[in-house]
Amino acid sequence: MTAPVAADAQVDAQVVVENLVKRFGDFVAVDHASFRIGHGEIMGFLGPNGAGKSTIIRILCGLLRPSAGRVSVAGIDVARDPELVRQRIGYMSQKFSLYRDLTVEENLRFFGGIYRVPRGELAERMRFAIDMAGLGGREKTLVGTLAGGWQQRLALGCAVLHRPPILFLDEPTSGVEPKSRRRFWDLIHALAADGVTVLVSTHYMDEAEYCHRAALINQGRIIATGSPDALKHTALGGELLLIECEALGPALAALRQQAPGVIDASVFGNAIHVLVRDADRGIDELPAYLERRALPPIRIERINPSLEDVFVQLIAADAAKRRQAA
Amino acid sequence: MRVRRIKAMVVKEVLQVWRDPRSLIIALLLPFTQMFLFGYGINLDLKHLPICTFDREGSQFSQDLLKRFQASLYFAIAENVKTYPQLAAAIDRGDCQAGIVIPPDFSERLNDTGSTSVQAILDGTDDNTANIALGYAATVVTGYSNDVRISALARQGRALQQVLPLAVQSRVWFNEDLESRNFIVPGLVAVILALVGAQLTALTISREWERGTMELLVSTPVTSTEVMVGKLIPYLVLGWLDAAFCLIVAALWFDVPFRGTFATLFLTTTLFLIVVLGIGYLFSVLIHSQIGASQIALVATLLPAMLLSGYVFPIDQMPAFIQKVTYLIYARYYVTIIKAIFLKGAGIADLLAPILFLAIYALAVVALAARAFRKRLA
Ligand SMILES: Nc1ncnc2c1ncn2[C@@H]1O[C@H](COP(=O)(O)OP(=O)(O)OP(=O)(O)O)[C@@H](O)[C@H]1O
Ligand SMILES: [Mg+2]
Repeated sequence: MTAPVAADAQVDAQVVVENLVKRFGDFVAVDHASFRIGHGEIMGFLGPNGAGKSTIIRILCGLLRPSAGRVSVAGIDVARDPELVRQRIGYMSQKFSLYRDLTVEENLRFFGGIYRVPRGELAERMRFAIDMAGLGGREKTLVGTLAGGWQQRLALGCAVLHRPPILFLDEPTSGVEPKSRRRFWDLIHALAADGVTVLVSTHYMDEAEYCHRAALINQGRIIATGSPDALKHTALGGELLLIECEALGPALAALRQQAPGVIDASVFGNAIHVLVRDADRGIDELPAYLERRALPPIRIERINPSLEDVFVQLIAADAAKRRQAA
Repeated sequence: MRVRRIKAMVVKEVLQVWRDPRSLIIALLLPFTQMFLFGYGINLDLKHLPICTFDREGSQFSQDLLKRFQASLYFAIAENVKTYPQLAAAIDRGDCQAGIVIPPDFSERLNDTGSTSVQAILDGTDDNTANIALGYAATVVTGYSNDVRISALARQGRALQQVLPLAVQSRVWFNEDLESRNFIVPGLVAVILALVGAQLTALTISREWERGTMELLVSTPVTSTEVMVGKLIPYLVLGWLDAAFCLIVAALWFDVPFRGTFATLFLTTTLFLIVVLGIGYLFSVLIHSQIGASQIALVATLLPAMLLSGYVFPIDQMPAFIQKVTYLIYARYYVTIIKAIFLKGAGIADLLAPILFLAIYALAVVALAARAFRKRLA
């Protein structure tokens, strides 16, 4: 079940992935993934541990060979000409991979040399990266001694030093304090505004809101793609109600049985989130249904689903589907 | 290959080595300590070996011969004994390590037949010393017998010049004063370079794997050849410095005669360095941990260089099969080359065969290393 891809991404796709499969031995880490990312678009990868986010990103960078499927970046087939692709991308790996025993400046100079940033531009590009990372005055500091947020911003600085049109950022904000995370996303947005295409993976569900589009990945499969709004409104396949009740357990069980119009229900904190076909009908019918079972609701109201609701719902549905198939 | 990228690699590598105590110790301290430790520690020379003499004749001739033993640097007469049991006791007590017995008919047979013999009794518990002592004793005796024969012939009225070409002269070539150090120290340079060179590069790629920096490096446009060249250049320079240090210590501190040319030395040392650096690099690529790579490199370079290169243990005294194996040991060629440069003053023309072998080795190792490190991971 792949949600429709936003129309604009089709036109000017910088990243095209079709039926990508990656196996490690018998284990299928990526299972027929397909998506596109448009010019200047920020695409988010979300999913639990081991979902296959890093694996897809590493294939896009030409670090892993796809087992099957087609992958093109900046119009270049990655399997055919990975070196050409590498000129056009910037990559931040999940594990910090700048040289900790080199200073801020030495790292930048190294990547400037490796990417052959024109000598006349290098000083200005280094200045840009240092300012962007907020590392002015720390040019001579060993990178290993910087705090996490600074390290990550410097890694971004190194990745954009050669002005790549496409950026792959694998969990750039993990382990970074909230304020620094916010600042990091501002940087990503500034880059996208300049026309840079960005693929960014994250563990933080709330960060999906900062993306133009997000793809939800579970066990190697992309189970939904769309803008945060579209995901919230269409991916669930229904509308969301919040029900508060004395006895959560029995109420949940009752709602999951033949409650009218209910697709699914799950506990969220001390309430139940109920996915229904139609919110208005649900508010009409569900209180009576629960009262008949001596479980009168304290509160029932329509809520706007958060992306977390959507993801929890979708992953649960995906798991159920796999169980059935098995 | 892009010079700019290679330069960036070189600068980065130099900075990392400069800040890595482990690399610095290997590059700077190891050659120093090894050179002096082994230069002094391994000394196969026998000087002033204590001997006992048992002169059963007591003639002018026998005393002449014994004086030669006394005069020789190799021996010092510790005791003059009168019986075999005394001799055996002296050896058992360790007062002397060899006995020279002159038979009662020594001068008689010398006069009659022109040939006579001397008995050497050796303490066989130290096989090596015994062998060397025997060799030295033979030299002393041969020298004496030649003199005797020449003077006898002279007495018979023949011109000395006519006789000399016929004289059997045992002469030690290239290392006239029989200093074993002169043999060992040049070979020691080879062993140290093999050890240090491979250790340095063994760390270089595995360090990138271990610290996770390889992931990013591979995602950049740098090619595997550029990585290899950029990483080998700084270590080649370090290797040259180490080689210069060891060679200078060999020539100036240990007084090993240097008779060759610097050009030959430079060319062959560079070839050898490329081989050992390449081997370290290869292990570094294959084994993703610094410890693992450096240990395997240690075993793969040091052991063969110590045991099978002919640096201390002469190859022609090894079993036939092992002798064949030594042809695979690249250190063997450099040991041969460097000894020949030092002691014989050999030039490139004299060393074509070992140089060719080293060059083939260098090419093969570099080609293997370049193939082993491919950027695409899996
Ligand atoms: N080189 C490899 N060999 C074997 N299995 C691998 C390899 N790389 C990844 N995997 C497996 O593939 C699956 C997907 O891993 P991947 O790193 O892509 O997940 P992820 O979504 O990035 O997870 P995380 O959020 O923890 O980073 C995991 O089960 C992982 O164990
Ligand atoms: Mg990951």
